[in-house]
Amino acid sequence: MSLSLSHFLILGAILFTLSVTGIFLNRKNLIIILMCIELMLLSVNMNFLAFSHFAGDIAGQVFVFFILTVAAAEAAIGLAILVVLFRNRGTINVAELDDLKG
Amino acid sequence: MNYIIATPEIFMLSMACIVLLADVYLGQGEKVVYRKLAYWLSLATLVFTFILTWKVSPASSQNAFNGLYVSDGLSDVLKYFIYGISFTVIIYSREYLEERSLFKGEYFVLILFAVLGMMIMVSAANFLPMYLGLELLSLAMYALVAMHRESREASEAAMKYFVLGAIASGMLLYGMSMIYGATGSLNLTEISAAVASAQNDKMLLTFGLVFIVAGIAFKLGVAPFHMWAPDVYQGAPTAITMFLGTAPKLAGFALAYRLLVDGLGGLGMDWQQMLTILAVLSIAVGNVIALSQTNIKRMLAYSTIAHMGYMLLGLIAGTSSGYAASLFYTITYTIMTAGAFGIVILNSRNGHEADQLDDLKGLSQRSPWFALIMLILMFSMAGVPPFVGFWSKWFVLKEVVAVGHVWLAAVAVFFAIIGAFYYLRIIRLMYFDSVDESVTVTASADLKFTLSLNGITVLLLGIMPSALLGICFAVFT
Repeated sequence: MSLSLSHFLILGAILFTLSVTGIFLNRKNLIIILMCIELMLLSVNMNFLAFSHFAGDIAGQVFVFFILTVAAAEAAIGLAILVVLFRNRGTINVAELDDLKG
Repeated sequence: MNYIIATPEIFMLSMACIVLLADVYLGQGEKVVYRKLAYWLSLATLVFTFILTWKVSPASSQNAFNGLYVSDGLSDVLKYFIYGISFTVIIYSREYLEERSLFKGEYFVLILFAVLGMMIMVSAANFLPMYLGLELLSLAMYALVAMHRESREASEAAMKYFVLGAIASGMLLYGMSMIYGATGSLNLTEISAAVASAQNDKMLLTFGLVFIVAGIAFKLGVAPFHMWAPDVYQGAPTAITMFLGTAPKLAGFALAYRLLVDGLGGLGMDWQQMLTILAVLSIAVGNVIALSQTNIKRMLAYSTIAHMGYMLLGLIAGTSSGYAASLFYTITYTIMTAGAFGIVILNSRNGHEADQLDDLKGLSQRSPWFALIMLILMFSMAGVPPFVGFWSKWFVLKEVVAVGHVWLAAVAVFFAIIGAFYYLRIIRLMYFDSVDESVTVTASADLKFTLSLNGITVLLLGIMPSALLGICFAVFT
């Protein structure tokens, strides 16, 4: 059995769904949310690579490099905000982020 | 190859790096003169970029960097207003930041990078620069919101903004990957041609479109993707909320227009339906929830949600005059919002944020002139003629009716009337409620002058909307 485009797309969709579910179901730890965000960007990369490979077009693979770079920058900012948050509140529990509401 | 048209971006990037270095080497020293170096350099940069954009703007639409970058009427108009609004925001925030010891070089560097991100967004003709511009804007924004490092609220707001902003980017990217798969290109012109040729997977395209619309809605703060807006508006320092609530909306309009109209115009029937649902929800949620707010920043966030709903009406119309009405709406909205946050800043002092509605009580006795300006702004936001907010609502509604969506216009007007209540409540507080403690309004001359100018602009635009409207119409013809 050879791998077709739809196999890769299904894998991408599963990863994407996993990451979204992870973000919305998780009520405990902010680091898990940051991991889910990374997973989400990687699932998109999987899509771009599959389309790029099967269409024989290089642009998608170039896009992936940029997404990887931005994902690294995003992780850095996310972790920096996490550190600030922990210093101010002494917790990174999602359920305790409830000062702002209304 | 025509790099000349991209010189405003190149200049802005160089200046942002120079401001960063200048602040690191000179701004931290003993000399008081250099403390404000970043402030003056940023203002000068915005002025020079404005002139540069004016000078290199081509007579007709031109591409650069192998079709990655486009300079056309839309990008020019949006850029002028992005510079103007950012300039105003920097002047408004100076005193606020100084009083709270937030007056640091980072603020100005991050604003300049955010402006660069917006410039790239409005000039993008390809998914790649569009995404990179959006991320440059977003990353600078996350850092700005978190800049008040000792504040519990600001760090919570930053975290919420970061997580939801990242989800939005992820959604948008996922949609982009689907569109790329269906059309085989990242270039908006080629995508538009491929969509029109109908030799592609319609299901894949529609699937991608749903994610793209969701991503745009997240970034614009349109219901039901608006959850971050109230929390971030309330938690961030007022000077940063003001920036967050104004200039990025102009870039958001460009994002929506370029993706949906330029790129996926062939799927107009599909995205117009989706936008109709989003617009109705947004107008309803924004106007109704704003009624129960006691925090003025939070109230303005819900007001933004409602305004973005009205802005979408022009896009739903799907005609070039509809897009012009949307553009007019976005521009006038940013001018009004900058003024409203300017009043909040004027009213605040160190240790007292003045972000409750009750803090506006008796403003007419403490400062009759600025109460009058707030009156103009609130009437304008509520859509009372002859102020500009009336015209912007009038034009989008006219376009929606022109394509036959009378019920949509009726819903929009109904909620606008409900919405008028919370704007008028502010006027009541200012004029008819007595002062508990007599605190005189003290502010620096530059803030007072710019704020007065801002109020007068809203009044003048209301009396003579045709000049700005003409500019907006010229963009889409």
